[in-house]
Amino acid sequence: MRTLRLLLEKEFRQIFRDKGLLPIIFVMPMMQLLIMPLAANFDVKNINLAVVDRDHSTYTQQMISKIASSGYFHVTGYYTDYTPAQQQIEREKADIILEIPAHFEVDLVKENKAAVYVAADAINGTKAGLGSAYLNTILADFNNEIRMKWLPEAAPGPGTIEVTSSNWFNPNMNYRLYMVPGILVLLVTMVGGFIAALNIVKEKEIGTIEQINVTPVKKWQFILGKLIPFWVIGMVDFSLGLLLARFVYGIIPLGSLLLLYGFLAVYLVALLGFGLLISTYSDNQLQAMFVAFFFIMIFMLMSGLFVSVDNMPEWAKIIAKLTPVTHFIDVMRMVVLKGSRFADIKMQLLYELAFALVLNGWAIWNYRKTA
Amino acid sequence: MNNKAITCKDLTKRFGDFFAVNHISFEVEQGEIFGFLGANGAGKTTAMRMLCGLSYPSSGEATVAGFNVFKQQEEIKKNIGYMSQKFSLYESLTVRENIRFYGGVYGLSDKQLKEKGDELIEKLGMQQEAKMMVGSLPLGWKQKLAFSVAIIHQPRIVFLDEPTGGVDPVTRRQFWDLIYDAAEQGITVFVTTHYMDEAEYCNRISIMVDGRIDALDTPANLRQQFGATSMNEVFYALARSAKRSAD
Amino acid sequence: MKQFMVFVRKEFYHVFRDRRTLLILFGLPIMQILLFGYALTTEIKNAEIIVVDHAGDAASQQLTTMITASKYFDINSSTASDQDIYKAFKQGKVKCAVVFPTGFGNDLLNGQVAQLQVIADASDPNTAKTLTNYITAIVADYQQQVNPTANIPMRIEPVTRMLYNPELNGSMNFVPGVMALVLMIICTTLTSVSIVREKEMGTMEILLVSPFKPVYVVLAKAVPYLALAMVDFVIILILSVLALEMPVRGNLVLLFFESTLFIISCLSLGLLISSVTRSQQTAMMVSMMGMMLPTILFTGFIFPLENMPLPLQLISNLLPSRWFYVIVKAVMLKGLGIGVVWKETLVLAGMTLVLLTISIKSFKTRLS
Repeated sequence: MRTLRLLLEKEFRQIFRDKGLLPIIFVMPMMQLLIMPLAANFDVKNINLAVVDRDHSTYTQQMISKIASSGYFHVTGYYTDYTPAQQQIEREKADIILEIPAHFEVDLVKENKAAVYVAADAINGTKAGLGSAYLNTILADFNNEIRMKWLPEAAPGPGTIEVTSSNWFNPNMNYRLYMVPGILVLLVTMVGGFIAALNIVKEKEIGTIEQINVTPVKKWQFILGKLIPFWVIGMVDFSLGLLLARFVYGIIPLGSLLLLYGFLAVYLVALLGFGLLISTYSDNQLQAMFVAFFFIMIFMLMSGLFVSVDNMPEWAKIIAKLTPVTHFIDVMRMVVLKGSRFADIKMQLLYELAFALVLNGWAIWNYRKTA
Repeated sequence: MNNKAITCKDLTKRFGDFFAVNHISFEVEQGEIFGFLGANGAGKTTAMRMLCGLSYPSSGEATVAGFNVFKQQEEIKKNIGYMSQKFSLYESLTVRENIRFYGGVYGLSDKQLKEKGDELIEKLGMQQEAKMMVGSLPLGWKQKLAFSVAIIHQPRIVFLDEPTGGVDPVTRRQFWDLIYDAAEQGITVFVTTHYMDEAEYCNRISIMVDGRIDALDTPANLRQQFGATSMNEVFYALARSAKRSAD
Repeated sequence: MKQFMVFVRKEFYHVFRDRRTLLILFGLPIMQILLFGYALTTEIKNAEIIVVDHAGDAASQQLTTMITASKYFDINSSTASDQDIYKAFKQGKVKCAVVFPTGFGNDLLNGQVAQLQVIADASDPNTAKTLTNYITAIVADYQQQVNPTANIPMRIEPVTRMLYNPELNGSMNFVPGVMALVLMIICTTLTSVSIVREKEMGTMEILLVSPFKPVYVVLAKAVPYLALAMVDFVIILILSVLALEMPVRGNLVLLFFESTLFIISCLSLGLLISSVTRSQQTAMMVSMMGMMLPTILFTGFIFPLENMPLPLQLISNLLPSRWFYVIVKAVMLKGLGIGVVWKETLVLAGMTLVLLTISIKSFKTRLS
């Protein structure tokens, strides 16, 4: 116990004397938490629309003003020809072109049908798909309106289905509610993962580890002496983040804080074990950093924060399950936004416990005092 | 338990086809200052690392402080001190904190740490610097401090790997005074060095060439044996036969 | 010039000796392309939903069958009650529920408005919205089947074309983003760390006392990383063409020129980081922790930039990756030439100049 205490004393002193590192551990994540959630908005709105109107009729004007007032579209320009509109797409000034052919109004009245042409920049498929779907809905509404006005007797025969949607846990569809807890997890993960990965290998590079290795310090004592300080840092960072979420974003966890911290405690042990494992395998800090980067990148992308795990193919779901971050983001959302209880998250907790045991055991096993 | 500090028989370390240490045998008495000489790449550090329990020997036998280097590394570690080529105190801890940390790791009590620490700081004349970061001290002071910390727990043997590299002659002299002090307290000193004048300070020296020990005796006997006037000449005579190039 | 090559060669040795780091440097883009190409998709597949059918009539059953038959949804349970929805959402398995009220089919038959309630777990607003949209689309399909529209007068018929990417292939958007992300992080980290490392070990001073301008010492360090990053770029390009079947519609020479420019701007950014940090650890943390999330978020390949508040849009302009992303999309996927991307190219070139000037200046003042 005494050896452990000495190791801890040493680690804490070193961390708190590193004036370059402290702001990176505590200030940088909080600044990112302040800014990033504002940027993380998947919503498809503000779609830029270039209109090619070859008809210039009352209808086309009504149609365009209806589209413009829908709130989804921002009309960036009116053209009489397709080429300049296409240039708008090429220059990323417009996302969708709406082309109304000549004689549109005449055709609509006389032929009972008229075509309009929609061309979307589909490099971002989601945006193109949703944008053109919105546009089609507005066009259909407009279609109904003018039909009612001209031919009130032609009301549709059978009934219509009206879909009403309710959004539970987040009725205003507030993206920040969703992103803040997730981004906080990622930030804690990066801080913990990177500093743990760098630490032992740094002692290797400087040479102090050799001095430790000729002392009677036990392997588990040494690893634990590294783990605990970073665990505390993780806890502090997370708490700062929760406070920020509370006072800046007004997010108050619905579920039990105790449960959240309990899970965090286990998660941090798993994460730090992972970092230390990388450290014991690496020869220098650069190597450790890139290996850690490689895995943390996978963790982040597979975590379900940016892209939902549900949509992934089976093999990718397995990778996601084997990613400690995924479970924590899951649990954060469940406890913070839905108020889930222990019984709801016990599977995730089991996963995290298993990660913690395996990764730390492996790290201790792989740390060789004698080569 | 035998009272030899170190015994070595046919100790060998090979990496593939390369014999870094090739069947070396020697014994070191308790309280002796034993100089371990050799050109760069001759295998000194590898041999020393095996004795300290930092690396497994490929074959042979060896005991340090009576403990087997194959099986009882952790026991060995309780009985030795070690100072490597690379400076190994923590630069971002103060002089006192380093003493406290390393002393504590060897099981010294708080009271012992206080006493030993005071004694050590006084002996090195570092009262002014006790609260300074080790990183800000001049190299010579760091080395003296590192040595004092390495023997703070009164080990039976202390291993010094080129302890005076890059240090000025005055400080080297002071450093050797510390070594003599330690030997007087009964600590066996096992030291590698490049400096032939330092070799003269040792009770006995061995000279390694290409992984083997080619000479082992007191400095005086060696000079006689090689018909030389100084250790320098002895060393050159042996080093000329080396096939391995220094790295 | 000859001296310069000597320095460059030394740096090459340095980089290529560490096999494990090299493996990561080349493995990273491969892994990312594969993940983005095959695993990360915003398209809904087999999402589990709950159907609560209070109506239990022909219409509700037909619609339920249609929802199940689509590749998007799997029914988790169709006999559930309202309370089950809450429970299932809390456990997190099911993210959407459809509720048919009593009399659903009757309303529909009698020409009235039949209500259909879609409840989504909006703790993930993106998935919630997508699920709701998909169900609405299926309902619209169903209605069209029930009432054929052929005879409705005054029909506006929209004809939709998806430009550049008719199959709505998600990789189209991600590949340029991954290129920007990988190159950006790798370049800034490698440069900043390798220079700070020499500072830490004291070897920088040795280099600087050599009869060689400090600027060249620094440039020599950047050359191997430029080469390395180009290799990464080529790996991504080849993989995306072969594995993800992406087109290269524009001029390859222009694409290479633009990437070189982008890489140089990232290397300069790394240089700047190295001139303000003192330890490897700090340099790494700044270039990875500091750059990773901002690059993911502000490049525009996951979150649309135009949705962000104005101050953030302005911040995003400071990232080289944001401009490179636009350039790659234009040149590689849209097949456009320098005439369209000259502005972005100028911005990148300007950034590179500014970054290089600042970092070399601060490098010099540090020396004196």
